[in-house]
Amino acid sequence: MAVCVRQSRNSIINHVKAKMGLLGLTCLSSSMPSLNNDHRTLSAASLAKDLRNQNSVLENKPILYRTRRFDSTKPHQRSGVQSNVANSQFLDFPGGKVAFTSEMRFISESPKERIPCYRVLDDDGQLIEGGINVGKEIAVKMYSDMATLQTMDTIFYDAQRQGRISFYLTTIGEEAINIASAAALTIDDFVVPQYREPGVLLWRGFTLEQFANQCFSNRGDDCRGRQMPIHYGSKKLNYLTVASTIASQLPHAVGVAYSLKMDGKDACAVTYFGDGGSSEGDFHAALNFAAVTEAPVLFICRNNGWAISTPTSDQFRSDGIVVRGEAYGVRSIRVDGNDTLALYSAVRTAREMAICEQRPILIEAMTYRVGHHSTSDDSTKYRPVDEIELWRSARDPITRFRKWIESNGWWSSEAESELRSNVRKQLLDAIQVAERTEKPPLVDMFTDVYDAVPSNLSEQEKWLRETIKIHPQDYPSDFPL
Amino acid sequence: MVMSTSLRRCGRRLVFSVFNNREFSTTCQGSKVIQHHEQLQETGKSLNLCSAINQALHIALETDPRSYVFGEDVSFGGVFRCTKGLAEKFGKKRVFNTPLCEQGIVGFGIGLAAMDNRAIAEIQFADYIFPAFDQIVNEAAKFRYRSGNQFNCGGLTIRTPYGAVGHGGHYHSQSPEAFFCHVPGIKVVVPRSPREAKGLLLSCIRDTNPVIFFEPKWLYRLAVEEVPEHDYMLPLSEAEVIREGSDITLVGWGAQLSIMEQACFDAEKEGISCELIDLKTLIPWDKETVETSVRKTGRLLISHEAPVTGGFGAEISASIVERCFLRLEAPVARICGLDTPFPLVFEPFYIPTKNKIVDAIKATVNY
Repeated sequence: MAVCVRQSRNSIINHVKAKMGLLGLTCLSSSMPSLNNDHRTLSAASLAKDLRNQNSVLENKPILYRTRRFDSTKPHQRSGVQSNVANSQFLDFPGGKVAFTSEMRFISESPKERIPCYRVLDDDGQLIEGGINVGKEIAVKMYSDMATLQTMDTIFYDAQRQGRISFYLTTIGEEAINIASAAALTIDDFVVPQYREPGVLLWRGFTLEQFANQCFSNRGDDCRGRQMPIHYGSKKLNYLTVASTIASQLPHAVGVAYSLKMDGKDACAVTYFGDGGSSEGDFHAALNFAAVTEAPVLFICRNNGWAISTPTSDQFRSDGIVVRGEAYGVRSIRVDGNDTLALYSAVRTAREMAICEQRPILIEAMTYRVGHHSTSDDSTKYRPVDEIELWRSARDPITRFRKWIESNGWWSSEAESELRSNVRKQLLDAIQVAERTEKPPLVDMFTDVYDAVPSNLSEQEKWLRETIKIHPQDYPSDFPL
Repeated sequence: MVMSTSLRRCGRRLVFSVFNNREFSTTCQGSKVIQHHEQLQETGKSLNLCSAINQALHIALETDPRSYVFGEDVSFGGVFRCTKGLAEKFGKKRVFNTPLCEQGIVGFGIGLAAMDNRAIAEIQFADYIFPAFDQIVNEAAKFRYRSGNQFNCGGLTIRTPYGAVGHGGHYHSQSPEAFFCHVPGIKVVVPRSPREAKGLLLSCIRDTNPVIFFEPKWLYRLAVEEVPEHDYMLPLSEAEVIREGSDITLVGWGAQLSIMEQACFDAEKEGISCELIDLKTLIPWDKETVETSVRKTGRLLISHEAPVTGGFGAEISASIVERCFLRLEAPVARICGLDTPFPLVFEPFYIPTKNKIVDAIKATVNY
């Protein structure tokens, strides 16, 4: 039980741990060989109270989590049972003990009720009873970054339509998941993204110029123009470089988390994926590995209803993603993905649990992909336009959060127009500069295949340079040779 | 009925071929295998490669009630629109979306095929076939061999778009055919044009071995030609000399052939006569056609988009050197992709361009 012996350097975590009397008690009891004693319990409310100090108050009813490890029973512990085999009430097997029953009962494929969705703000941006409090500074930054992300998406999308960049993929409708989850983390938490989470980078300080440089594949792109637009990455910001593949990043996040655990870091790994990604083998591998290795990793699923054209009804028949957690021994929660405050508090609580208890947490954020899958897609071919419009307007997470910050007196129409026009201007400038900036030098094609350029690539580079000299007309002119 | 109709439409020059060695609910006796020495001379509607594939899938589903088409997003027509109209016509029990899981798609297809069905699976991009690598290499390829031919999954055909399109970067551009050419038990087929695509795809679907059919996505809309409307098949493992010449043999497949053809035109202007061969099936490949050509020309150039090292060009080169060593007048040339991941912004530098090929033709002829 690593959580009991870990020394945390983070005062918040120490504080949380101090409040976890139950946790300490059950860790002690977990060594006792009994079916009923291997529970550990943790109150979410105790964590939430701690978050109050960080401008965050959750008023959840206390929830006790049962954490069982189904340890094998050793032969010497079985002696009592062996003497009374006929009356044995438990099946004693290498995976532990399970009770016998004379009732033949199949477990239902569906629960009686669907897992409810945690929310804090109602559709109109008003706090639901009890509610939560987030300080002005963080709330305004969350709002500003969501609005910035939305504006960035609009402008880059248009740039692609104008043929200025080759590809783009928006986050429209999922800004809250991007920004609120980022806000709930610290910069030390290592992000292993899919491709619809640029807002996490934005929150961490990736500049609009950096976004533009990547999308224009110019010399300013840290990834040297090798990947399609939106495949961002930043070592400095602890944000692993995006790949187009689906769910292949999820096991990486577990490995990252295990490293953080072994290094005793007050940080977790955070990885994102979609409803479609949950079908890949890597998703299942990752959840299982995370549970078994007790890795501090947050799996954040953006269940946006559509994997390109495939609706969730063709993707799975479970109650979404959240229920997969229990099957793997991973604690999980379903959250309203368009409720900024609910996401912020859920991710924050999940993070503390992941680090304090050294365990994975699965968060299913219910949302909607308002944009097309990408600029290569026209989603009106396979889904109703009024469905898209409903989510674009009435369920827009940004509008909803704006209502709340406005009701607190923290935001105004003036602030709104100033922000939007500033961001717009900054973006248009960034795009103009990025477009004029020269491409990466040719040598960048050959570096980084390995740590050093091997002889076959040196030969190929030499040959290519000779070919370019002979046929300069075949090659774009804006590459430094 | 469909078969007899198509048989009547069958031109006299097309050879009727018995194709009943597979125990499906229907055999394909009605469709024609066009022998390699014959030309597919019938005309039809002008179709692009995407529509030709769509037409082949319509015919496959129509001629065998035990055939199925499935994969990610195929219900609405697929991201490239190759499966358009199929779900509407044949129902969602036979044409359906799968969960987003390539290993699931291929594994499911193997099981379906093992029960005497034609399983036509789509992997959305060849770049995403790798989660299914285990199913292809360890399952599909060995299914027949390991069971002493008690079981086979010959009804499996995996369709997948491959190759450069100008802006695909690492994960929408790759040509991974060579990985699969290293696996005894599966066939690898790549068409060069709409007409070829239709006939070859129908052959792959009806072949009694698992096949990976790589579709040149660059040509989906770009390549347009007249495609006979009826049900016809083009033979597998038969290469085709698509341009005769005497000075050098060029071997390629798929989209690269159009680049190679342009190189042939340019070389001709300089008095070099090039013979161009479309290999079509990469394994088991038609060594004899290539050998015969090289015995005539004494020179060989192979071109593919995949990285040169370990590409299928290496296998062709080795085999021809074994067979024609004394006849060769110059080293075998390979003009291929470079040994880097497919690099988005450097694509114009990476790809085997026409002029790279022309230069290599000249160097080889003047060796």
